[in-house]
Amino acid sequence: MFARALVLGLGLFAATAGFAGDAAGRTPHPVIEPATQGTQCVADPAYMRRHHMDLLKHQRDDTVRGGIRGAKYSLKDCIDCHASQKSNSVVKDETNFCVSCHAYAAVKIDCFECHTSKPRTVAQKGATQ
Amino acid sequence: MSTEQEKQPSSAARRGFLGVAAAGLGGVMLAPGISLIEVAQAATPTAGASSKVRWGMLIDTTKCADGCTDCVTACNTENGLSGGTKATDSQWIRKVQIKEIKTGRTASAPVMCQHCASPPCVDVCPTGASFKRPDGIVLVDRHICIGCRYCMMACPYKARSFVHEEITDQQPDVPRGKGCVESCTLCVHRLDKGESTTACAEACTKAGHGAIVFGDLNNPESEISRRVRELSSTQLRADLRLDPGVRYQGL
Repeated sequence: MFARALVLGLGLFAATAGFAGDAAGRTPHPVIEPATQGTQCVADPAYMRRHHMDLLKHQRDDTVRGGIRGAKYSLKDCIDCHASQKSNSVVKDETNFCVSCHAYAAVKIDCFECHTSKPRTVAQKGATQ
Repeated sequence: MSTEQEKQPSSAARRGFLGVAAAGLGGVMLAPGISLIEVAQAATPTAGASSKVRWGMLIDTTKCADGCTDCVTACNTENGLSGGTKATDSQWIRKVQIKEIKTGRTASAPVMCQHCASPPCVDVCPTGASFKRPDGIVLVDRHICIGCRYCMMACPYKARSFVHEEITDQQPDVPRGKGCVESCTLCVHRLDKGESTTACAEACTKAGHGAIVFGDLNNPESEISRRVRELSSTQLRADLRLDPGVRYQGL
């Protein structure tokens, strides 16, 4: 019975924290904020975790150079679902979606020096002018 | 043995639970792996810039009102610029007053990136960040720009600005950041979405002046093509033979 509860608990953790696999391992894992409820990622989370940078880089060149917009892997779409409900950002606080993992992996994130980290609904309203 | 027996039902229960959780979190599941939201997200991307189009502008200086800065304000709002006019502030469009000294005739006109067919900023860029799209729009790829500012020196229209300070609260469609050169994009984010006007042209029409006509110079049916065919217009510094996409009338 205890084993069943434990497995259920792990299942719940995997579903909410977004990290499949054995969470009770010896390595600490970053706590990742779940995306906005009722949204569906464009690809499997495990695939996105490993390849999001390549997908974004490929599409950014198509968009900037070729003017192709509205394709599948859009940074704006990422932010819309993954921005924190509290800070309205993916990078403002340490626990926010992009920062939590990038800090853990010690990978500097440059995107948001130019791109806004706020979802479109907030950023368009809260523009300075 | 007893552990084996215990494991099987519990893993089945876990699978069942995960299925329910995924359905709850992932919206309406039509079939495993396909949900309604995913279908909604799989929008078809736009076709992209086409060389059949040459975006351009015709500015009628006789209609451009002295002291009116609606086009500048609209540009600042659209692109998230501060609106400052210091040497270190970004200005994508400026109102310029000109006076013919002999006759005393004055006129005012907005000047922005002229979107040359042979842009000197592209020629001098050492990294390939400054480029011209197939539809004639000259842009800076900020991912590649190193902020050397050669393009600013090469531009005869003083159209480009350098971002000196960190920027926050950018517009989602217009990423901007410290260390890059930038200039008028002809509201490329609007055009790519299928809109057919820029923020400045829209504001000028709204203010009742109608001094800025924006359109496709390659399309003989367009308003701008008709106007440049029928009326006398000039390019700024036409002697440089850069063939700008922006033309002026009544200078």
